[in-house]
Amino acid sequence: MKSLLAPGHRGCAGCCDAMAAKFTLMGAGEDCIVINPTGCLEVMTTPFPETAWDVPWVHSLFENAAAVGAGVEAALKALGKKGNTKVVVMGGDGATLDIGMRSISGAFERGHDFTYVCIDNEAYMNTGVQRSGATPYNASTTTSPSGKVSFGNPRPKKNMPAIMVAHGSPYVATTSLAYPKDMIKKVQKATEIEGPSYIHCHAPCTTGWGFDTSKTVEVARMAVQTGLWPLYEVENGDITKVRKLGKSIKPVEDYLKMQRRFSHLFKMEGGEEEIAKIQAIADKNIEVYGL
Amino acid sequence: MAPENKLDKSKMVVVEGSYAVAHAVKTCRPNVISAYPITPQTHIVEDLSQFMADGEIPNCEYINVESEFSALSALVGSSAAGARCYSATTSQGLELMHEVLFNISGMRLPVVMTIANRAVSAPISIWNDHQDAISQRDTGWIQLYAENTQEISDMTAQAYKISEDKDILMPAMTCMDGFILSHVYEPVVLLEQDLTDEFLPKYEPENVLDPKNPLSFGAFADPNYYTEFRYLQEQAMQKALKKIEDVANEFYDVYGRYYGGLIDEYRTDDADIIIMAMGSIVGTIKDVIDKLRNRNVKVGVLKVRSFRPFPVEAIKNVVKDAKVVVVLDKNISLGLNEGALFTETKSSLYNTDVRVPVVGYMIGHGGRDIKIDTIEKIIDEATEVMKTGIKIESQFTDVKEELI
Amino acid sequence: MKILPGGVCEAGTTRVNKTGGWRTFKPVYDYDKCIKCKLCELLCPDSAVNPRDDGYFEFDYEFCKGCGICANECPKSAITMVLEEK
Repeated sequence: MKSLLAPGHRGCAGCCDAMAAKFTLMGAGEDCIVINPTGCLEVMTTPFPETAWDVPWVHSLFENAAAVGAGVEAALKALGKKGNTKVVVMGGDGATLDIGMRSISGAFERGHDFTYVCIDNEAYMNTGVQRSGATPYNASTTTSPSGKVSFGNPRPKKNMPAIMVAHGSPYVATTSLAYPKDMIKKVQKATEIEGPSYIHCHAPCTTGWGFDTSKTVEVARMAVQTGLWPLYEVENGDITKVRKLGKSIKPVEDYLKMQRRFSHLFKMEGGEEEIAKIQAIADKNIEVYGL
Repeated sequence: MAPENKLDKSKMVVVEGSYAVAHAVKTCRPNVISAYPITPQTHIVEDLSQFMADGEIPNCEYINVESEFSALSALVGSSAAGARCYSATTSQGLELMHEVLFNISGMRLPVVMTIANRAVSAPISIWNDHQDAISQRDTGWIQLYAENTQEISDMTAQAYKISEDKDILMPAMTCMDGFILSHVYEPVVLLEQDLTDEFLPKYEPENVLDPKNPLSFGAFADPNYYTEFRYLQEQAMQKALKKIEDVANEFYDVYGRYYGGLIDEYRTDDADIIIMAMGSIVGTIKDVIDKLRNRNVKVGVLKVRSFRPFPVEAIKNVVKDAKVVVVLDKNISLGLNEGALFTETKSSLYNTDVRVPVVGYMIGHGGRDIKIDTIEKIIDEATEVMKTGIKIESQFTDVKEELI
Repeated sequence: MKILPGGVCEAGTTRVNKTGGWRTFKPVYDYDKCIKCKLCELLCPDSAVNPRDDGYFEFDYEFCKGCGICANECPKSAITMVLEEK
């Protein structure tokens, strides 16, 4: 399958954003228009006068990508140019779960025909790994560092897919970089369904999470296999498909120990209890989604 | 010599100012309208919504956004996709748009937006002054101010023609005084559809978001390029100075109506005292001038229509032979104790051979009534300035000392 | 180069920026082990794995940043990361 994201972009070696964007474009196809809020993906792909995008692409601001997408869709309709052209927003977790929440909520409620893909690397990577609403429990970031009296981020991550389901979206799905064919298929499905669809992609960041550049996919896979990142589809409010883990479920410890951002849990007094709390999050997912 | 305004009274209907604007927007054939309700702008978008509900605006989508921020953000996408775009807002809504204003201008998207000028919070006030739009003066939007409902209605078509010109490609705000113009019912000639089709060419941008020709919009510029982006915007603004004049004349040729280009003048030819102002206050000033001219006070008014780009040369030419210039501002730059029009007029004359004293009055904040007596008093004080020089350079008007 | 209004950019132009120089280790195929599964091509964040006419793949060293994902994920261990010699 042809890549629509050109080489020469400035993403780090092993960049999760580049992979997620590439997979998204493979699912959406050439006949699409991409809207990209401010963030790593935007900066690394479009240093003027260059762009890595082989499809039409627009960046406006950090918090308004869904509104810009709504505007693109409305214009195509008004000008009689919509046809099969897909309107696809790709935003990071900060642009999605935090600062862009209002415009996403509005665009989904209004029912624009577009697909929003959240590329979730669980912190503000472009500004240097600050916590976001997607940062998981106990992850150490530059604004939620572990320390003598802190285990890192004090809150679990926001359940964004559930919020999008609550908007009445006809199609919400979670994806992972470790399952590219699954992601491509889900993006294709999302873009073919009329109305606002939402894809949430778990995307491990080598730089921000602290693992070797070669492990991006391996870490992503482990998140799925521990139950911390369940893969599922929700169609018109009902869960229609779940990737079962069966006997291959791994303890969360296997996932946590691969990453520098959790390394304090293995050194600090009380770390074991904290790891148990993270295990409880995975166990809950396993129960809720029947993994 | 300015053309004579040929208003066809047989065509006049009594409508609300907001309706006249909405109707004007309709005749400009927009493709995407995106707006959020806020007083006193709301009637414009309500009327547009009704036009949509009645199927009166073909090939158009109306986006009922969840905030002003998204109202303008949506138009980034729509305009980049090749649509003629419209929004309207005021006050808090305009301030919320601040970041998007820079963005639209930087991306050179010719969006047109009506501002029903209103004071900004705190304290919250729904009434008119110009603080909202003036606070956005550096965002790279053309800013035009209208004196009456006929002018704001007609200005809509002019704004599209200016903004969408290939040499300009800068967004424009058309400003009308909130309530004073937005809610007043008076006779106007509604913008004629057939004439607008003749006057305003179809919007056909060269570069649009199109899968057949995949371009990227909104790349980041490092220090090697950023300066040139700003330089090009400023060049476009300078070109707009002429374009605004040209479009006013072209508008006159097609519709027979004229309000000035960058500026307009009233009884300035032999005036010793020239009052400068923007918006509906100009009408009040004209009444005072007529009264005082009967008493042989040589006073005239210079109406500034274009605040951005700022018409330095046009202003200089009008005031060069005056003995005193009085600038009225419905805004203030806190910490400088001056209104923006005053500051910029002074700065336009500095370093030139025009040596005329300029005094400023900040007036009508938060909708405070501007009375004829107040204008007369200001003109009396200007007469004193002619005799004795400037005593107070810039001051508030009608401050209630008993409240302080 | 002239700046177009708004700074519009032509598609795919980062191709002028050869990122191969970032590399410390470079991936090398053992074609005897390769089963042409295309996973390396699919996963490469830099689109630096190109198909050959014979169904095998080759690395585009002009762009490969040497992240090593391909080697790490290859189901047949057909890719080795070797220290770049300059």
